Amino acid sequence: MTTISDIKKQIENSSARAVVENAIKLSKDNDEYHAILNLTEERALARADDVDAGKTTGKLAGVPFVVKDNFLAFGAPTTAASKMLEKFNAPLQATAVEKLEAEGAICIGKANLDAFAHGGSTENSAFGPTKNAIDPTRVSGGSSGGSAVVTALNIVPFALGTDTGGSIRQPASFNGVVGVKPTYGTVSRYGVVAMASSTDTIGSLTSNVTDAEFVMDIIAGRDIRDMTTLPDFFQVQPETKQAQKIGLIKEFMADGVDTDVRNCINQYADQLRAAGHTVEEVELPMIEYALAIYYIIVPAEISSNLARFDGIRYGHRAEGVKTLAELYGKTRDEGFVTENKRRIMIGSYVLSSGFFDAYYLQAQKARTLLINQFNELFSKYDALIGPVAPTTAFKLGDNTSDPIKMYLEDIMTVPASLAGLPAISVPAGFDKSGLPIGVQLIGPRQSDAALLSLARSMEIK
Amino acid sequence: MTQITRDDVLHLAQLSSLKLDDNEIDGLRTDISNILGYVEKLGELDTSGVEPTYQVTGLENVWRDDSVIDYGVNRDDLLAIAPESTNNQVKVPKVL
Repeated sequence: MTTISDIKKQIENSSARAVVENAIKLSKDNDEYHAILNLTEERALARADDVDAGKTTGKLAGVPFVVKDNFLAFGAPTTAASKMLEKFNAPLQATAVEKLEAEGAICIGKANLDAFAHGGSTENSAFGPTKNAIDPTRVSGGSSGGSAVVTALNIVPFALGTDTGGSIRQPASFNGVVGVKPTYGTVSRYGVVAMASSTDTIGSLTSNVTDAEFVMDIIAGRDIRDMTTLPDFFQVQPETKQAQKIGLIKEFMADGVDTDVRNCINQYADQLRAAGHTVEEVELPMIEYALAIYYIIVPAEISSNLARFDGIRYGHRAEGVKTLAELYGKTRDEGFVTENKRRIMIGSYVLSSGFFDAYYLQAQKARTLLINQFNELFSKYDALIGPVAPTTAFKLGDNTSDPIKMYLEDIMTVPASLAGLPAISVPAGFDKSGLPIGVQLIGPRQSDAALLSLARSMEIK
Repeated sequence: MTQITRDDVLHLAQLSSLKLDDNEIDGLRTDISNILGYVEKLGELDTSGVEPTYQVTGLENVWRDDSVIDYGVNRDDLLAIAPESTNNQVKVPKVL
């Protein structure tokens, strides 16, 4: 697969313009996957010329990348894959994009996602699904499906995504790339369309772990414009800690999980043992409740965050209305897909008076119990492992009729999100049909670099 | 198990400022009932004496200087993204 260092060599041997032109050509040639919603061609080529002229320099000078289309970025609309923002040209750029541009990286396009990042297959995009990079009859995963597919197809060496409950890790697993969901607060979310503020994170999709470390190192850090960001703690660890104690999460290896997936994770555990680490089965019983906690807290936060889309200040505005209620109602009807509405309404329900204690408050208390169980395990273990998802990429259309079936896809990724823990998805093998399987590594808060170091040491060179 | 009625769906839609198409209402009624039925399993848990978690990284309220932060955008940039504007103000349709 194409890595950042491959691209840097290509730039040295030709030019940034040639490399960026090639990336744009590749994305057009792979149009059938529908991974990119809009290219930022004109701006990208102008920036490439600046690199070639020596006006733009940095650690990623001339290296093309793609952002999920919920990052505000110049050169094309920021749609969040919705009709609401179809024509929205952002007046500013996300901090993460600015940081990459400050190192000379060149954004060439905006990747498809489930509208407003609500979904696990990119089938909820208002502009049509993204197809899996390995088998186009299957889903890309989601919600950062487009970002995973452009990386897997070697269109760009890296892409940015967002992960609220698995939206980087699961598509990374489905397309055979490395996906990083960092500790909550590692990367500024300023300039990124908000979904669920207590679990929203920003991370990378790359072809290997070294590139993930490289990108995370650049985008991590405190930003006064996102008050939840932590002081920069991310420091690449070239040396991997020896003889680590690793817990294999028992609940993630239950009967309902695909046999090929389980076998693959067991093999990874054996490889960890062969490398001198200890791997033991551990129990995390609160995992049984994690999805229920998630699907109360996240819709509640969504209903609040998406209240801003009212047709007044920016985005879509409905025509031909007579009252204010009609203006809001019709604007939001036309601007949102059904899954957006479903989540907003569930959020309204669990937050409404009379139900608040039974749903929202109970979920926040249950969240504490889940976090306590994680903390207990991390007092004994350096990291936890398990699958990313119970299956490999499923067929397009298979899960669209039943929202709960789709939500169950998130069952292994939401626990780390609720606890704010770093979790990464690393390619670990393939199922019988040749579809990629990812292993998930979860660590204590702020152990992101150690987790990546462990993953790098296990990578097949 | 929570059963949501058609009226409940319409009430939730109103609370959420959402107009629904007729053909969406029945589907949402089933979906929301099923989802609420699923999340109700949290009722099994004994959470007496447990503090709720609202944020996970130990953030605390802090004071900052009462000074302007440069967000890199000005009034014109923001007016330019409004559906309509006039005289440096966002223009809205007459709705009264």
